[in-house]
Amino acid sequence: MVLVWLILILFLGGILAWLADRTRLADPRWIAIATILIDLLVLISFSLSSSSVTIAGQEWWATLDLPWIPRFGIHFILAMDGLAFLMLLLTLFLGLIAVLSSWTEIKKSSGFFHFNLLWTLAGVAGVFTALDLFLFFFFWEVMLIPMYFIIAVWGHENRTYAAIKFFIFTQASGLLMLLAMVALVYFNYQQSGQLSFSYFDLLGANLSGAPVFWLMLGFFIAFVVKLPGVPLHTWLPDAHTQAPTAGSVILAGILLKTGAYGLIRFCVPLFPEESVIFAPTAMTLGVISIIYGALVAFAQTDIKRLIAYTSISHMGFVLLGVYAFNSQGYQGAVMTMLAHGMTSAALFAFAGSVQQRIHTRDMREMGGFWGSAPKMGAIVMFFSIAALGMPGLANFIGEFLVLLGAFKANSWITVVAALGLILAPIYSLVVIQRIFHGKPLVPRDISDFSSREVLMMGMMMLITIGLGLYPQPVMETVGLVLQMGVS
Amino acid sequence: MSAEQLTALLPIIAITATAVLVMLLSAFVSNHRLINMLSLLGIVVTFLTLLLVVNVAPVQVTPLLLIDRFALFYGGLILLSGAVVVMLSRDYFLDSENTRVRAAEYYILLLVAILGAMVLVSASHFGAFFIGLELLGVSLYVLVAYLAPSIGGRIISLEAGVKYLILSGVASALLLFGIALIYAEFGTLTFTELGERWRSAEALNGLFAAAGIGLTLSGVAFKLSLVPFHMWTPDVYEGAPAPATAFIATVSKGAIFAFLLRFFTTTGAFENQMIGLALALVAIASMLGGNLLALLQTNVKRLLAYSSIAHIGYLMVAFLAGATGYVGLPVVGEAVGFYLVAYFITTLGAFGVVSALSNMHGARDLDQLDDYTGLFWRSPWLATVLTAMLLSLAGIPLTAGFIGKFYIFTAGAEGLLWWLLAALILGSAIGLYYYLRWIVVIFKQPQEQGNQMPVALPLSVNMSIVLTLLALALIGLGVYPPPLIDLLQSI
Repeated sequence: MVLVWLILILFLGGILAWLADRTRLADPRWIAIATILIDLLVLISFSLSSSSVTIAGQEWWATLDLPWIPRFGIHFILAMDGLAFLMLLLTLFLGLIAVLSSWTEIKKSSGFFHFNLLWTLAGVAGVFTALDLFLFFFFWEVMLIPMYFIIAVWGHENRTYAAIKFFIFTQASGLLMLLAMVALVYFNYQQSGQLSFSYFDLLGANLSGAPVFWLMLGFFIAFVVKLPGVPLHTWLPDAHTQAPTAGSVILAGILLKTGAYGLIRFCVPLFPEESVIFAPTAMTLGVISIIYGALVAFAQTDIKRLIAYTSISHMGFVLLGVYAFNSQGYQGAVMTMLAHGMTSAALFAFAGSVQQRIHTRDMREMGGFWGSAPKMGAIVMFFSIAALGMPGLANFIGEFLVLLGAFKANSWITVVAALGLILAPIYSLVVIQRIFHGKPLVPRDISDFSSREVLMMGMMMLITIGLGLYPQPVMETVGLVLQMGVS
Repeated sequence: MSAEQLTALLPIIAITATAVLVMLLSAFVSNHRLINMLSLLGIVVTFLTLLLVVNVAPVQVTPLLLIDRFALFYGGLILLSGAVVVMLSRDYFLDSENTRVRAAEYYILLLVAILGAMVLVSASHFGAFFIGLELLGVSLYVLVAYLAPSIGGRIISLEAGVKYLILSGVASALLLFGIALIYAEFGTLTFTELGERWRSAEALNGLFAAAGIGLTLSGVAFKLSLVPFHMWTPDVYEGAPAPATAFIATVSKGAIFAFLLRFFTTTGAFENQMIGLALALVAIASMLGGNLLALLQTNVKRLLAYSSIAHIGYLMVAFLAGATGYVGLPVVGEAVGFYLVAYFITTLGAFGVVSALSNMHGARDLDQLDDYTGLFWRSPWLATVLTAMLLSLAGIPLTAGFIGKFYIFTAGAEGLLWWLLAALILGSAIGLYYYLRWIVVIFKQPQEQGNQMPVALPLSVNMSIVLTLLALALIGLGVYPPPLIDLLQSI
C-alpha cells in the first residue's frame, strides 16, 4: 500500500495547494514543500524497513497487484526495486528544488501552478513504479498534461508554440507505444491464451511469428523522443527554453529520465533479442546525440537553449550505456541519469534566476557578473565543471563507466563518443567565460544568490560530490535489471 | 398484439405520449419552464419504463421492430442524452415568453426526434429504419432553423436549416432508391432474411444488389457525415442553436451508427470485400480529412463539427475490425458501444459549455475561438469542464475518451488493421493541435487580452448540475470503466 500512498500524497497535496490558494488560507508553496517532504519521508522510512520479494528472477522491495479492468487483463500493479527507488528519490528531491527555484518567480495563480507541479511529480512517480503496461501508459500521459500547462501558462514569450510542440511529440510517439503494447499483448494472447498487460506475464512472452521488431521500435521511438535522442529531439530546446524555471528543472532533471527508465525497464527486457540486433543503431544514435548536442550547444547565445542542448549530449551517454549490455554500461547509464539530474537542474535554476534578475537569457548581454555576484559565480563554476566530467564528481563516474562498458561492446563507436569529453569542457567553460568574465555589452550589476538559492544549490553540490567520491551505494542499489533481459 | 409485445413497446409509447402531452399543454400555457419540466419528466419516465422492459426482452414486435437489450441500451443512451439536451435548452431559451420565439414547439420536435432515434435503434426492417430516420430528420430540419429571422432570430440558422433540408432530402431519396433496388433483388426487407440470402455465394454480385447497397450506404454515410459526404456538417453545426447542435452531434449520429452496427452484424454485409474496402477508404478519408479541416477553423462549433467527422471515422475502425473475421462481433459491439458512450458524454459536455455561455437572445452563439480567451480566469469551473471534455476528445488518459480509443486500438490490432490504425494515430496527432490550441486560449492570462471580453454569464444551478454530472461521468469511466464494460458485455 505504501506505493499507492507515495503517488496519492502528491495528488492530494496538489489539490490541497490549489484549494489553499483559492481560499487564501495558506501559501501553496509551503503546502507543496510539506507534501514533498512527507512523501520523501514515507519513501525513505519504507526503504529502510523493506524486505524483498523475488518475482520473475528479480528482487522487488514491494509489489501491489489489484484487478482493474478485467475485460482486458489489466491490473493495477505497482512495484519498486532499487532502480525505481533511486528514480523516485531523484524525482522528489528535484521536486523540492523546483519549488524552491520558483519561489519568487510565480506571481500569478500560485495555487494552480503548484497543483500542476505536484501532479507532474505524481505522474512521474507512477511511471517509475507502474508494472502493468496499461498503467504505465496511463501515468506516462498523466505526467504530460500538467507539464503542458506549466509551459503553456507560466512560460516565456514563445510558450504556446513550445507547449504544443512538446505535447504533440510526446503524445504521438506515445500512441505508437500504445499500439505496440496492444499488439504485443494480443500476440502473446494468441500464443499463450492469457490476456494480460502485466509486465511479469509479458517478460517471458513467446512471440514467434509476430512482427516483434516493429513492436520494439514502437517502444523505442516513444522513449527516445522523451530521452531525447537525435533526430527526435527538436521539441526539447523549445520546451526547456520557454518553460518557467521550475518547469525546466523538472523537464531536464526528471522527465528526460523517464525515457531512459523506459528503455531499461521495458524496451530491452521485453524484446531482448531484437534489442541486441538493434544495439549498433541505438548506440550510433547515442553517439550522434553526444557530438551533435555538444556542437550545437556551443553555438547558442540563449543560455537556456545552451543547457538544453547539453542535455541532449549527456543523455546520449545514457543511450550508449543502456545498449552496451553489460554491467558497467548499465550502472554508468543510471549514474549519468542521477548526475545529470543534479547538474542540469542546478544550471537551469541558475539560468532562471539570471532571467528573473536581468530579464534576458541572451549571453551576449551578460558578462563580468563575478564581480557583483561571486557566490553565483563559484556555484555555477562548480556545476559547469561537474558537467564537463571532472573526476571526483558524479558525472565523471557515470560517463566513465558508460565509455568503459561501451568499449567492450563496440570499440569504434566508443572512440567517437569519447570525443564528447573534449567538447564538453568547451561549451561548459564558454558559459563561465561569457557570463562571469569579461566586460558586458550593457554594464549592469546583478544581485547575488539569496540564502534560499544558496541552500538549494548547496544541497545539489553535496550530492554531486558524494556520488562522485563514493558511488558504491548506488551501484549496489540498482541491481542488475538489464542483465536478466539479455541473458 | 400480445401483452408482452405491448410491454416491449412501452418506451416508444411513453415518449410518444410525452410529445402529445407537451403539444396539448402548449396550446394553453406558454410558460417555458413548465413545458421544459414536463418534457424532462416525460423522458425520465420513459427511461424508467426501459427498466421494466429489460425483463421481457428480446421481443419481436411485428416484423418492423426488435426490442432486445441492444435496442434498450441505445434507447437508454438516447434518452439520457435527450434529458441533457432538454436541461441545456432550459437556460438557452430562458425568457423566451417575452419574444416572438415560442419554445413549446422546440420541445415537441425534440421529443419526436428522440422517438425517431429510438425507432431507428430498434429497427429490424428497412421500413422501420426509414420511418425512424425521417421522424428524426424532419424534426431536425426545423430544430436547426429554429431561430429563423422571421421571428427575430438569425439568418445563419435559416440557411443551415434549408441546407440540411435539401441535402438530407437528397440523401433520403438515395436511400429509398437503394432500399427499393435491394427489395427488387431479394424480395424482402427484414434484416434476418436479407442476411440469410446474402450469405449464399455470389448473392451480392448482381447489379441491382451492388447498386442498392451502394446507394443505401451513401445515404447512411451522409447522415453520419463521413467524408466525402460531410459538406453539410460545419454549416449545420454552426447555424443550429447550441443545444440542438449537441443533439445532432450525439443522438442523431449515434442512433444511425447503432443502426448500422445492427444492420451489418445481422446481415453480415461487410464480409463482402468490396463493401469492406469502400468503408475502409471512407474511414481513412474521414479520420484524416476531418482532422485536417478542423485545423483551419476559428469557430468552435465548426471545429467540433470537423472533429466529429474524424471521431465517426475512428469508430469505423472498430466497426471494420468485425469484417476481418479475426475479431468477434461482441467485441466490436463493445468497442463501438463504449466509444459512443464516451463520445456522447464528451460532446454533450463541450456543447453544454457552449450553451451555458450562449442564449437565444444573442446575435450569435458564443462560438468564436477568441470568445474563450482567458475563460479559466473568469469562470474556472466551466473552463475545467471544457478542458476535460477536450482532453477526452483528444483521447488523453483519466477520461472516458481514452478508454474508448483504447478499445478501438485493441479491436484494430486484433483485426490486424495496421493501415487504419496508422491513419488513426496520424489523425489523433493532428487532432491534438486544435484541441490544445483551444485549451491554450482558455488558459491565456487575462492581462494579455487586447479585445473587450463579453462577461461570462453567472452559471445557473441547473447548468452546474448537468455539467458536473457529465464531468464526473467522464472521469469516472476514464478511471474505472468495468461497470460500463460489464453492461456492454451483457448485451
